[in-house]
Amino acid sequence: MTETMQADIRSGRLSEAEIEVNFGDMHPLFRRAEALVEADRCFFCYDAPCTNACPTGIDIPGFIQQLRSQNIKGSAHTILSENIMGGMCARVCPTEVLCEQDCVRNTLEDQPVRIGRLQRYATEAVVEGSLQLFQRGEDSGKHVAVVGGGPAALSCAHRLATLGHRVRVLNAAEKLGGLNEYGIAAYKTVNDFAQKEADYILGIGGIEVRNSTAMGTDFSLADLRNDYDAVFLGFGMGGVNELGLDNDQLDGVVDAVDYIASLRQAENKSELPVGRKVLVIGGGMTAIDIAVQSKRLGAEEVTVVYRRGQQQMGASNLEQEYAQTSGVGIRYWLAPRELLQSDGCLSGIEFEYTQLEDNGKLVPGGKSCVLEADVVFKAIGQKVLWDSLGDTAEILELDHGRVSVNECRKTSLPDVWAGGDCVYGGEDLTVSAVQDGKLAAMDIDRCLRQ
Amino acid sequence: MANLSSEFLGIKSPNPFWLASAPPTDKAYNVNRAFEAGWGGAVWKTLGEDPPIVNVNGPRYAASYSNDRRVIGFNNIELITDRPLDVNLKEMRFIKRDWPDRALVASVMFPMQEEAWAKYVPMVEDTGADAFELNFGCPHGMSERGMGAAVGQVPEYIQATTELCKKYARIPVIVKLTPNVTNILPPARAAKAGGADAVSLINTVNSIMRVDYETLSMYPTTDGMGSHGGYCGQGVKPIVLHMIAEIARTQDTADIPISGIGGITDWRDAVDHLALGAQNVQVCTAVMVYGFKIIDDLTTGLSNFLDEKAMTSVRELVGRAVPSVTDWQYLNLNYIEKAHIDQDTCISCGRCHIVCEDVSHQAITSTVDGERRFEVIEEECVGCNLCVSVCPIEGCISMQQLTSGVDPRTGRPVTSEKADWTTHANNPMRSK
Repeated sequence: MTETMQADIRSGRLSEAEIEVNFGDMHPLFRRAEALVEADRCFFCYDAPCTNACPTGIDIPGFIQQLRSQNIKGSAHTILSENIMGGMCARVCPTEVLCEQDCVRNTLEDQPVRIGRLQRYATEAVVEGSLQLFQRGEDSGKHVAVVGGGPAALSCAHRLATLGHRVRVLNAAEKLGGLNEYGIAAYKTVNDFAQKEADYILGIGGIEVRNSTAMGTDFSLADLRNDYDAVFLGFGMGGVNELGLDNDQLDGVVDAVDYIASLRQAENKSELPVGRKVLVIGGGMTAIDIAVQSKRLGAEEVTVVYRRGQQQMGASNLEQEYAQTSGVGIRYWLAPRELLQSDGCLSGIEFEYTQLEDNGKLVPGGKSCVLEADVVFKAIGQKVLWDSLGDTAEILELDHGRVSVNECRKTSLPDVWAGGDCVYGGEDLTVSAVQDGKLAAMDIDRCLRQ
Repeated sequence: MANLSSEFLGIKSPNPFWLASAPPTDKAYNVNRAFEAGWGGAVWKTLGEDPPIVNVNGPRYAASYSNDRRVIGFNNIELITDRPLDVNLKEMRFIKRDWPDRALVASVMFPMQEEAWAKYVPMVEDTGADAFELNFGCPHGMSERGMGAAVGQVPEYIQATTELCKKYARIPVIVKLTPNVTNILPPARAAKAGGADAVSLINTVNSIMRVDYETLSMYPTTDGMGSHGGYCGQGVKPIVLHMIAEIARTQDTADIPISGIGGITDWRDAVDHLALGAQNVQVCTAVMVYGFKIIDDLTTGLSNFLDEKAMTSVRELVGRAVPSVTDWQYLNLNYIEKAHIDQDTCISCGRCHIVCEDVSHQAITSTVDGERRFEVIEEECVGCNLCVSVCPIEGCISMQQLTSGVDPRTGRPVTSEKADWTTHANNPMRSK
């Protein structure tokens, strides 16, 4: 008698208590003494390499110096005046490839100043305690529409408010925060921090928010251009790339971004469906985030499968190590060839080995293997769903499927700026989105005052 | 292993580390523990006339800190012993009996009246103590009563009081000097003139630690009010070293034996004191902060250092640096040094550049050929040592002497001929 193979996907693999432990703060807040000792390690470099490595250009030695003297408000202001989402970036920035990578302490002792954690310490009291450090600028009489609710949009809105412009934020989602709220691994931003940060940003005043209001459905870009003095687009990317395999609508083949969104919004994570054997296809931070979270929800075996090698992976070495020490396996040089099924259910994937040719081209290596799976997560990058955005794509110049902008984050239209994941050429990081919003706001201000 | 045994005024101790007269030497219990830990001697907490003084019941001590709460500076408003004289004398006698190989010195503070010294000196000597130390330094409380620093700040009083003690004492008399004077030499000369066998220095420095940032009163306070205290610990060492060196290098005071006190935390601090002229050293703050166990580092560190220098005894180290101390006017103005940055150990923090750029002589680059790189511009470098002082990497920046050629800054040839201010053309009082 042969037992029918059924995909093993179910909720309640772990108790609520176990899940609470598993989803605790990845890097807990420094205690005061830890922060002061760590701050003492900063050399207060001239023309600091860490600052130069920060996409938002935070004066890092400056904020650490202020932290050392327990000038916490000053320290937070130094951070937030360059990066209003300094609190979130302290949690989610891949500091190991940004500021901390360039810390001169690495030369001395292979241990950079833990800038990310200091930044969190410096901003925590201000953001969590709603200590408003910024003032709305004198009313310019101008009104700017900001499309989106994520880091680029909120950063732009805040800077515009400080510069005296009235802002209306038009956000398709129910809540503000964008990927901070819906996309980042839960253990990186606990205690509803994304909402607290959004509230902090709105606390400056002059920013009106309309959630659940989507471009293409509720308004068009042309409407905005008629009704406002300037427009900023920061709507991110709505869709994920497909695997390009037959049957990828099969049950058990899941969009990682969607799943993380439902995980982040879940009242009770133990009620989420979790596979026993999980494969994650992709090599970026989303792949790592979904893999680690699957493991922490109780999946027995989780493997990230990436078609290139460790060095080419979008996720940093530290992120990869984090996944591995969290019990996630990583397989390199494997590309999915076929989704396997049994009785109409996903049962695994057949992969082919890959290799790099001397010219850098990835080619099949000739051999193949099968990895079993109850669930396959697609995490091979996102794309803008232009079809859902009305005629936006027709009137805007695009580049590689994203909005084309200049160095001031201005689009091909004279009154439209854009930033964050929806523009081409960025790093797809929270911190770069914040910088995009800031630069755009400054350029909008300049243009509106001409 | 170098022999650390020490002899000061003929008083033998197994090492040159004595505990200074202070809270750690206030009673037999503590001194016993100190000697068990290995301390070479103890100067008993200052004795006074009965009835004993009283201390405040609020804070006596306060500290300044680094960010990881390492104590950098310390101050106190504790007075001399607050126990009856006979209790102290009895305990001193027991200690000397139990620890005959250790130095036991009696710190005393009596009024400037002959009958007091006539009465107390024999009583104290009867304990078997090896010497007296006259406390002319206590900067708080006692000085308000005409003793301590009130004596130490007036050379005539120092001499007169020293004479009183010497008149009745059979054991040596050490005069402990206060640093709260503008020039340490007159007090040292007065001690010598009064017949002192040695001086010890320093006592604590008048100080207020800080303000309480909540109440905006001084900190610490007793019932809302505070009083200046005596500053001590690592922060005072450079002040002490200068005073010791002044006494050691000045012709008419050079023969006074010195017991060095102030800021000795590890063995290197002791080397500083000894090399600049102290024959032994006394320690307080470091044990107030870490306990008696630090004696292990002090003794082994000093012993290893002497070995490395091929010295067999502490005596060989005493005063070794004194000949290198002179007046500014005798420094060789023809001697030229330039900073040199070792690119292999440089971590490119840029601290040397920014301090030179902001406050000094604009003599360090920040970029070379468009790359972040810190190099000394010899045409601008005056050899001031600021970059060496701020560089976080020990040894990365060094001062290197120009021995030949032309100084690129002045365009003048480098000469081995010495020339100092006394003969310099710009000196209106130069010797012709």
